[in-house]
Amino acid sequence: MSDFTRLREAAGTAGPWRSLGELGASADFREHLHREFRVPIDSGVDRRELLTLAGASLAMAGLTACTRQPTEHIYPYVKAPEEVVPGEPLFYATAHVHGGYARGVLAESNEGRPTKIEGNELHPASLGGTDIFAQAFVLGLYDPDRSQTLSERGEIRPWSAFLAAARLAVGKERPGRGAGLRFLTGATSSPTFAAQMAQTIAALPEARWVVWEPAGRENVYAGAQAAFGERLEPHYAFDRADVILSLEADFLAEGPAPARAARDFASRRRGDSPNRLYVAESTPTLTGARADHRRPLTPAGIESLARAVAAAVGAISGAASSDPFAAAVAKDLLAHRGSGLVLAGEGQPAAVHALAHAINERLGNAGKTVVYTEPVLAGPPGGAAALAQLAEEMRAGKVTTLVVVGGNPVYTAPADLRFAEAMEKVPLRLRLGLYEDETSRLCHWHVAEAHSLEAWSDARAYDGTATILQPLILPLYGGKSAHEFLAAFSEQSDKTGHDLVKDFWRARLPGDFDTAWRKAVHDGVVEGTAFAPRSPSPSLRPLDAKPPGAAETAGELTALFRPDSTVGDGAYANNAWLQELPKPLTKLTWDNAALISPSTAENLGVANEDLVDLLLAGRRLTMPVWIQPGQAEGCVTLPLGYGRTRGGRVANGKGFDAYALRGSDGLWSRAGLEIRKTGGHYPLATTQHHHAMEGRDIVRTVTAAALARDPDAVRKMGEPPPGPDDTLYPKLPAAAYAWGLSIDLAACVGCNACVVACQAENNIPVVGKHEVTRGRAMHWIRVDRYYEGSLDDPLTVHQPVTCMHCEDAPCETVCPVAATVHSAEGLNQMVYNRCVGTRYCSNNCPYKVRRFNYFLYSDFPTELAKMVRNPEVTVRSRGVMEKCSYCVQRINRARIAAERENRPIADGEIVTACQQVCPARAIVFGNIADPGSAVSKARGQRRQYGLLAELGTRPRTTYLASIRNPNDALPGAAKTGGDHA
Amino acid sequence: MSDALRPTGSSPTSETSSRAILAPGYSFTSVTDKIASIALSRRTPWQWFLGALTGFALTMVLLASLSYLFVKGVGIWGVNQPVGWGFAILNFVWWIGIGHAGTLISAILLLLRQPWRNSINRFAEAMTIFAVACAGIYPLIHVGRPWLAYWLIPYPNSMSVWPNFRSPLIWDVFAVSTYATVSLLFWYVGMIPDLATLRDRAKKLWAKMLYGMLAMGWRGSARHWARYEQASLLLAGLATPLVVSVHTVVSFDFAAGIVPGWHATIFPPYFVAGAIYAGFAMVLTLAIPLRKLYGLEDFITVRHLENMAKILLATGLIVGYGYLMEAFMAFYSGNVYERYAIANRMVGPYRTIYWSLIFCNIISPQILWFRKARRSVPILFVMAMIVNVGMWLERFVIVVVSLHRDFLPSSWGMYRPTAWDWSTFAGTIGLFLALMFLFIRLLPMISIFEMRQILPAAKAAEGE
Repeated sequence: MSDFTRLREAAGTAGPWRSLGELGASADFREHLHREFRVPIDSGVDRRELLTLAGASLAMAGLTACTRQPTEHIYPYVKAPEEVVPGEPLFYATAHVHGGYARGVLAESNEGRPTKIEGNELHPASLGGTDIFAQAFVLGLYDPDRSQTLSERGEIRPWSAFLAAARLAVGKERPGRGAGLRFLTGATSSPTFAAQMAQTIAALPEARWVVWEPAGRENVYAGAQAAFGERLEPHYAFDRADVILSLEADFLAEGPAPARAARDFASRRRGDSPNRLYVAESTPTLTGARADHRRPLTPAGIESLARAVAAAVGAISGAASSDPFAAAVAKDLLAHRGSGLVLAGEGQPAAVHALAHAINERLGNAGKTVVYTEPVLAGPPGGAAALAQLAEEMRAGKVTTLVVVGGNPVYTAPADLRFAEAMEKVPLRLRLGLYEDETSRLCHWHVAEAHSLEAWSDARAYDGTATILQPLILPLYGGKSAHEFLAAFSEQSDKTGHDLVKDFWRARLPGDFDTAWRKAVHDGVVEGTAFAPRSPSPSLRPLDAKPPGAAETAGELTALFRPDSTVGDGAYANNAWLQELPKPLTKLTWDNAALISPSTAENLGVANEDLVDLLLAGRRLTMPVWIQPGQAEGCVTLPLGYGRTRGGRVANGKGFDAYALRGSDGLWSRAGLEIRKTGGHYPLATTQHHHAMEGRDIVRTVTAAALARDPDAVRKMGEPPPGPDDTLYPKLPAAAYAWGLSIDLAACVGCNACVVACQAENNIPVVGKHEVTRGRAMHWIRVDRYYEGSLDDPLTVHQPVTCMHCEDAPCETVCPVAATVHSAEGLNQMVYNRCVGTRYCSNNCPYKVRRFNYFLYSDFPTELAKMVRNPEVTVRSRGVMEKCSYCVQRINRARIAAERENRPIADGEIVTACQQVCPARAIVFGNIADPGSAVSKARGQRRQYGLLAELGTRPRTTYLASIRNPNDALPGAAKTGGDHA
Repeated sequence: MSDALRPTGSSPTSETSSRAILAPGYSFTSVTDKIASIALSRRTPWQWFLGALTGFALTMVLLASLSYLFVKGVGIWGVNQPVGWGFAILNFVWWIGIGHAGTLISAILLLLRQPWRNSINRFAEAMTIFAVACAGIYPLIHVGRPWLAYWLIPYPNSMSVWPNFRSPLIWDVFAVSTYATVSLLFWYVGMIPDLATLRDRAKKLWAKMLYGMLAMGWRGSARHWARYEQASLLLAGLATPLVVSVHTVVSFDFAAGIVPGWHATIFPPYFVAGAIYAGFAMVLTLAIPLRKLYGLEDFITVRHLENMAKILLATGLIVGYGYLMEAFMAFYSGNVYERYAIANRMVGPYRTIYWSLIFCNIISPQILWFRKARRSVPILFVMAMIVNVGMWLERFVIVVVSLHRDFLPSSWGMYRPTAWDWSTFAGTIGLFLALMFLFIRLLPMISIFEMRQILPAAKAAEGE
């Protein structure tokens, strides 16, 4: 410690000092300083330099906080655009394209920010409703993980450099007439894109366009090819079908137009003559949940069922099967010639599709319930064969330039193709992608793609109707559309996306182009573009022979590959709304799991969340299992779309990559799966832990027959609610408006669109897997799913649950600070500012619809996250309770409009977010004080009941009981309910 | 050291008469000396340091837990949907329950003229105050925005908003704050003559000043005594209904809700009985080591312990009746939700907790029917600990197990306390211990003058 003498001396002479180490100027201290600051910190910064540095860092801090870097000056409009009124949202018609098919939407724009997607009533695939993907894709627009730059081997490049590279590549390919050039895209129906592609290939005739869609419609087209000798697009008129047999066609959730299918199907569900739905499927789907009779069958079982039904109706030769199910279905179909419908799912082999076509043909359903048109999807036949050929060519060195437009083939390609490896053999690889994903990593050039709300494009709906996609905002990250990208390989590289699309349509719109164009863009549909129905010639090929199909040996497990119900084929994996959306049947969030049947689980000795090794054709994947009641025995469903490695911060590391097991010889199903227990455990986040109704009358289901016998059947279920005078509370004073909501469980298909719509409309935060595991998901509306009956093949029911806005609300009396109060119009209001967060209201809510901000869930710091928010809804902070408000902001918007015009609010003027998007039109909102309103009429139906109304809560949200229409000839008829006490 | 203070000729506790509430051989002076010396002159035993240190260390854990809580939010606990209330509320109820014995002993037994209470009332009252202090922390910190918790108090404000007087939580604010105020006053007023004694006997200046200030000029004149008697009777009269009301109101938090398992008319009496049960268990838990540590077996005799054991047994039976009636009424009501709630307690995922509770609160106290068990200090101590745990489990069953499965099975969930739940709970135990150890070191833990009051009777019983 003699050092101190020295230190004292030093202190005397030195200037300011921070520590003894500095004072002593020891070597250790210098090194420490250097480690900490990486600059010669003791070199001394003078005042001038300090100010410069401070100024620079301030400027940088400002820059990094912005998403747009160019200097922009804010001026008021000198001449305000006519339609822009601050505070008034504007709606623009466009479309969400899923799997190549357009689903028309209206995008809401608040001061230039797209914030919410609604259905477009003019669009045939929407009719006002949307699906979850359309609802959630607006969040993808603001995804900070989206690719933000154009780069060549990781170096940022300008667009002009890419244009030069593309021109050079084309120039190199020209001598070989494009023999080494391959375009790889996802499924697309865009007429402009198809025309561009045709033009490009016309210039380079040896170039090839390869389409790869991981969960595509190739089987559908191949089925039509098998049945009619040509690739045709079948689409279905569910509203005209009395008897439907679905061979694992999940038409209510998947396929080209699930929203339209749900609308048409539901329209026949609530009336006096409900349709009847038979479903045979290997893995439970939403369509199976709506079935009057559902058969869990292995893929081979489905095919034999199709064969048996076909034989029984005389569509193919062969002995009628002894299967009573097939016999009953066939009998029912025969009794409804021309109004029956048989359809097969995308995952079914072409033979099953062909059988379905043959049955429809035989029964005269074709042209009535089934309509055939030319294929909606453009391009050459896709499927595994096309991709395998491409991989083969690449491996053989025949491909010199690979242009990947969208998609993510490195991630989604069948594992046996070893696509990534083959791709690396290609000397020049160029890519357009929304994300710098698995595929971009292997490409030399990566071009940031514009989001579909940022670019002009077009796409066709399931029936061929075209929609012009219009941008609502300039590309946030300067992305390019697929049209602009593709144009770089043609002579049109200087054209903008707008011009490319507009020029394509210029020759094709009738009448005055400008008027027609404006109308098409405005309406979201191009009139008269629906394909004309075709009457294809009947079966060309013999269907009678038993196809080779993978025979299943007893006890062998079959792997089923299906797009995940919320993240699809993986394209939506970075969308937090969809990740946190409970999957409609498993209620899992943030993960996928191998779905196995209860008996398979028993045989294997595994339980939920156990990690197992899955072995298939020499490939291996470790994954947790989830026991799925209703799963076909021996079938293991492996949802695709998870296990991303370069999908973005939300997607990465979530779930398990089922593509790793998927081979090109069994895209949808493959026998020979082996499961081995690992002894490991992986926690899964589910939002519903209990699946039985415990004998409570929560979801009431009646059979159509029981309802016809006794119109009061629904009311007689359960304990009667107290009468209007059986209360100790004073009656509410009569108001001009009494808001109420009615949910028709007969129409509801459980699709979850309302959940995402509510999340988008009401700025509901995402809490993440860990918080979901802890029971803290924030959704204001949830879709409960219950099972009834046997474990192996239960009846599945869904029930959307919103706040009931009870007239005698249990939550209101217990709040100590009066933060939840009743409005004169019957709304149970939540006053966020007043809430101190005792959570007593939530405890006392029998419906458990209240949600609490246990942490600061809403993202306050991220600028980009603010852009998607609805400016009319408060963003809730930590420690505050929240819940469904019946979209009070929409009520008040209508009220203001009505008061300005000095008139009462009209019926139907207020549409809640859940109601707006509901594809089945199961939700009706309105004034129950007005006996003529739609909601009053719904509530007046005999099927009406209040959930837990016996508690005396007098709920304003009421339900209409679900209807099932079982076939009395089948033994399962009793099980489907109606007579349960 | 305790032997030095023992009066000559007297023998250890075992020889005291079984009915005695004061061992023989004491004079006014020796009683005063013995109690006052603990605060003034005796060397502090090492066990005190150990206990106080533990208490302070755990209090630091409490402060750390609360700091983290305020920074992050109540999400650090295991609370969720549907279980919106977890450890915070159950510990609140538990501490409030413990805080019942003191006032009961002081007030009700005073009015009922039970002189045996004189040696235990002081520290039982102190225990009450500290338990209520621990309980009082929870409602403040369990809310989502604790900085706004004062909105539960009706005060004139610019927002022109009153609290919702229909909410049982508002009733709680009044009940608990009144109870805390009256208990504190009662305790303090009762301590004034003894504080004067300490003032007079203190040697150190600071002690003289401190006790002098606290004694508020007490001179022991007849007028003082007359006023004192009046005040303490009045306070006893005021406190008596509060003993019943506090836990009645706390039970309303649950009974006024509609949750199956909460919504029961039996809750008020059953909560009060449970509170007395818990309170006496805690008095025993504290009295047994204290009398040993400070050699107070002569003042807190086996008779005291036995009496408390009898109260334990009696209230335990009432609580048992409550459980039985809850189950019976659920069955008899025919209500599916109530029936399920009770069945779920018995056979649901938390059944271990329910049956442990039945063992702790109903089965094990039956041993107290035996006189030998009631007079065995180790058995009583173990018994008291079992009841402390049992009453905590009871609150867990009421708060958590009722909430985790209510009406709609879709929303059923599980509650799992986190490390922060436990650390906060341990922290309040620490705060309680720390306050208790400070109290026994600095203040007369047994009422000197009240012990002197019973001395003539004790002498008479001895036949002097």
